[in-house]
Amino acid sequence: MRNQTRAGLIRAALIATSLALPLAAGAQDRAPEAPAPSTPALPQNDQNQAKSLKSVADFDNIADETERSIAIFQETGKVLLNPRCVNCHPAGDRPLQGMDMHLHQPPVQRGDADFGMPGMMCNTCHGPKNAPVVAQSDNIKSIPGNPNWHLAPIEMAWQGRSLGDICRQIKDQDRNGGKTLAELVEHMASDDLVGWGWHPGKGREPVPGTQKQFGELYKAWAATGAHCPD
Amino acid sequence: MVTFTLNGQETTFDGDPDTPLLWVIRDAQRLTGTKYGCGIAQCGACTVHVDGSTRRSCITPISTLDGSSVTTIEGLEGSEAEAIQAAWRAIDVPQCGYCQSGQIMSAVSLLQFNPAPSDDDIDGAMAGNICRCATYKRIRQAIHDAAKTLEG
Repeated sequence: MRNQTRAGLIRAALIATSLALPLAAGAQDRAPEAPAPSTPALPQNDQNQAKSLKSVADFDNIADETERSIAIFQETGKVLLNPRCVNCHPAGDRPLQGMDMHLHQPPVQRGDADFGMPGMMCNTCHGPKNAPVVAQSDNIKSIPGNPNWHLAPIEMAWQGRSLGDICRQIKDQDRNGGKTLAELVEHMASDDLVGWGWHPGKGREPVPGTQKQFGELYKAWAATGAHCPD
Repeated sequence: MVTFTLNGQETTFDGDPDTPLLWVIRDAQRLTGTKYGCGIAQCGACTVHVDGSTRRSCITPISTLDGSSVTTIEGLEGSEAEAIQAAWRAIDVPQCGYCQSGQIMSAVSLLQFNPAPSDDDIDGAMAGNICRCATYKRIRQAIHDAAKTLEG
């Protein structure tokens, strides 16, 4: 009986959503939306290894230090360009969701502090850890969580940018939160919210490799001059 | 054992730590003003306040709330709550009423942070609260009316 009631409520809510007069643009956004513009796909030759990261030693055969630095950074691009990371570095005022990078539902806005709007902030739904969702949905198995859950500021937007542009952007202290190269390496290697990408909760594909490998690649990239692809 | 404050009273819960707050409120504490709608944080019917901010109780494991302060529709008080309650009554906002406790929890939170919200502010706060009766226009009007009341 209870399950029938719940199912009826959900059906009614979905029907009403499709019929409802929009409260505003936010309500209109509840209708199906086209995927947001995507970041460039990984090069074809990387597709087969997209779920793992090469080690720093794998680049030792590149004699030219600049070329080696660029190659190492390109390897980190498997993580940086992954939707799991780009979804919270959007170019607009809405976060993205899923491997197809659709606009976030419910339609939360960036807000002044990159933490949503008063009344519906990030922590309205995202708690300090991933929360399991049991038997409520075929395709939502958990709600992501982290104590520091928030959107990257707009100056750190990655969506739609090339790996070279992102490389130059994250070295620019005006666009990376004022971090030195050493602090940037430490951030990539140790930050807990960055690390969520490898532990995104049930029902989500993690980014390739491990944060330890990712951090080692960043350290090697910095040590070889932190050069960027074109 | 999780210890938290519920509507000003110290409360404990000794069950499965993954139990969503919603079911602790409704089944263990018998406070049924907070509603189940979707169970996946998509509709807003289960909205409560945790440490002064809105929270979807249906996807909040009780284990994350040790030491927190939870307020449900039954424990809502203060000038913003009174203004919202009066404005809701004045223009008969609810139709079936099922979503309204969640709507009111979000509306009160909005006014607590922003006593004079614009239409965009209201949309930003309320876009996650679905109403199957489509009372959205009255909700927006009532929030503006409540804000005017708070101006004095």
